Amino acid sequence: MKDFDILIEPKKSIKNFWKELYTYRELFLFLAWRDILVRYKQTVIGIAWSIIRPLLTMVVFTIVFGKLAKMPSGGIPYPILVFSAMLPWQFFSNIISESGNSLISNSNMISKVYFPRIIIPTTSMIVSLIDFFISSFIFVLIMLFYKFIPTIYVILIPFLLIHAIITSLGIGYLVSALSVKYRDFRYIVPFMVQFGLYISPVGFSSSVIPEKWRLIYSLNPMVGIIDGFRWAILGDKFQIYIPGFILSIVISISIFIVGFVYFRKTEREFADVI
Amino acid sequence: MNVIKVENLGKRYLIGHDKKADGAFRYNSIRDSIYHSMRGVFQKIRHPLSPNKENITLEEFWALQDINFEINQGDKVGIIGPNGAGKTTLLKLLSRITHPTTGSIKIKGRIASLLEVGTGFHQELSGRENIYLNGAILGMRRLEIRKKFDEIVAFAEVEKFLDTPVKRYSSGMYVRLAFAVAAHLEPEILIVDEVLAVGDAAFQKKSLGKMEDVSKEGRTVIFVSHNMLAMSKLCENAILLNKGRIQKQDRVNLVIDEYFSKLYRTIESENFTIDNFRREPNEQKEIKFVDITINNKPHASIDIGNNIDIHFKINSMINLQHVNITIQILNNLGEIVTTILSMDSENSFNISKGINSIQCSIEQIGLYLMPGKYYITAGINKVIGSKACDVIVNYPAFEINNTGLNSLSIRHDRPGVFYHKKINWNKRD
Repeated sequence: MKDFDILIEPKKSIKNFWKELYTYRELFLFLAWRDILVRYKQTVIGIAWSIIRPLLTMVVFTIVFGKLAKMPSGGIPYPILVFSAMLPWQFFSNIISESGNSLISNSNMISKVYFPRIIIPTTSMIVSLIDFFISSFIFVLIMLFYKFIPTIYVILIPFLLIHAIITSLGIGYLVSALSVKYRDFRYIVPFMVQFGLYISPVGFSSSVIPEKWRLIYSLNPMVGIIDGFRWAILGDKFQIYIPGFILSIVISISIFIVGFVYFRKTEREFADVI
Repeated sequence: MNVIKVENLGKRYLIGHDKKADGAFRYNSIRDSIYHSMRGVFQKIRHPLSPNKENITLEEFWALQDINFEINQGDKVGIIGPNGAGKTTLLKLLSRITHPTTGSIKIKGRIASLLEVGTGFHQELSGRENIYLNGAILGMRRLEIRKKFDEIVAFAEVEKFLDTPVKRYSSGMYVRLAFAVAAHLEPEILIVDEVLAVGDAAFQKKSLGKMEDVSKEGRTVIFVSHNMLAMSKLCENAILLNKGRIQKQDRVNLVIDEYFSKLYRTIESENFTIDNFRREPNEQKEIKFVDITINNKPHASIDIGNNIDIHFKINSMINLQHVNITIQILNNLGEIVTTILSMDSENSFNISKGINSIQCSIEQIGLYLMPGKYYITAGINKVIGSKACDVIVNYPAFEINNTGLNSLSIRHDRPGVFYHKKINWNKRD
């Protein structure tokens, strides 16, 4: 038995998962490279799209929440308040919609070739990451325009980004695996993302939430992530709610574990039902 | 030394039947799941004591059962069987695409499978980009691809179009490129499904040659094809599958023999359908063969020298002009005795919507097919050179009897394909 490298048995998930993932690391890069190439080849406005989208949303939110609803901004230019939340939010929602659909749109590969399936939803994160960098660049320009200097905490953003990646990949794994099994699940995803935008503090500051509701509000893990981003950029002008942030980390990790485990449990059947 | 060991392998699929719709469904949907569980609940409320009356019944279907075999290093093994025998399921299990229900598979060494050419090709990307992408998907390292890049391009004959998106490729170029990448894989174990049936005749020959080279390099190859000639050239041993079970496991020629006689038994049985011989039987086709008869029978027994009338019924969903029909007659070894094109007789047919009846009458004048069993492979082409719309493979068509015209009797082991009637012998001084 020891002589054999691969043992395939029912009910048992694939052994050497991590080792295999390492063996297939190049495929991961190639698929990411493909997604990026295709994305910027296919749409004529390729990069422009990833600039226009956050800009337009920012303008709308600034007008609706800042000018019309006159939400408090704590002395921060409203566009900066909005954009500091748009960054993580768009990143999050991109990953979820991209990775949620990823298995279905690569169904041909799944039914014809073997590779660790988790590569597919994970890859879609790379494209979103590039969009994130483009948006960040625009944000820098906006800050220059308002002569706004972010705080030193900005160096903590990579950690917040990891926080966002964990949350969104966890949901992405779950959604992609569910969409294979339930074909109409993907129609629910855009609605969920839309809904999430309204219940997350993107267009407004979470400080408008009454103190006694804030912990409950923080059950939405995006609240902690968005607040984290705002705090890192705006500094002490923005009060971060520490218990909520810790709760958000715990929830994010739980979501990731649930998504990952569910994906690993169901991946054996993907080729049969896809 | 064993490199593959399969024990007690089985694969079960559950097929759902909706009692109301009376058809099989494949995908679950949340809507259906909620609907059915709600119905269940309401039924319980209204009739608390009645058993659950679900509208869905699940039917078990064993695609494979009790499969045991061992493959040694360097073996070339063919897997043969009629449609639905479980060949593709077996390959998918070996290549780990799907998971078994029972039993186990043990594999030693790097394994690569080729169930389709061009998996993961992206229309928008150039030929160059697709070579790298496809190579990676098939399990090649970047360095490996780079090393073989020129070879792949030369084999595919697409040098000039390397930087053109593959969506602008002709179908022939596309297939050549896709096969070229796959052909340059160098795993220790190679699994190949019917991929040689692509491209034009010249390219098929080239691909077959490449496969022969690959198998000479001491690699272990598992090969599925309906092309028995290729099979007997490439493989030493073969496994005959039927209805999900292994029927025979022996030297390739013996297994091919068994396969062909098995086909004969299929056609003599009551419940055979032409779908058993259709290539890609599960695909939707706008034009397809629905019936084949030879001398008005599904399978004819013909005296040597008599006419052979092959009659096709073709169902079409569209009106089409200039359709070509190709018939290959094969012998018991899978060798092609002759290829007949309807366009040779300048008969390209106009096909109209609905059922079309087309007959090909072969007069045997001078040349008689030798006694034996013959099979036909028939295809319909919309455009010559393009992929056939529908293909019937290795259909057991007729048997030539030893006595017939002029009570001809030929020694049964006389070699050759044709009996030549019009031969004059003269003694010349």
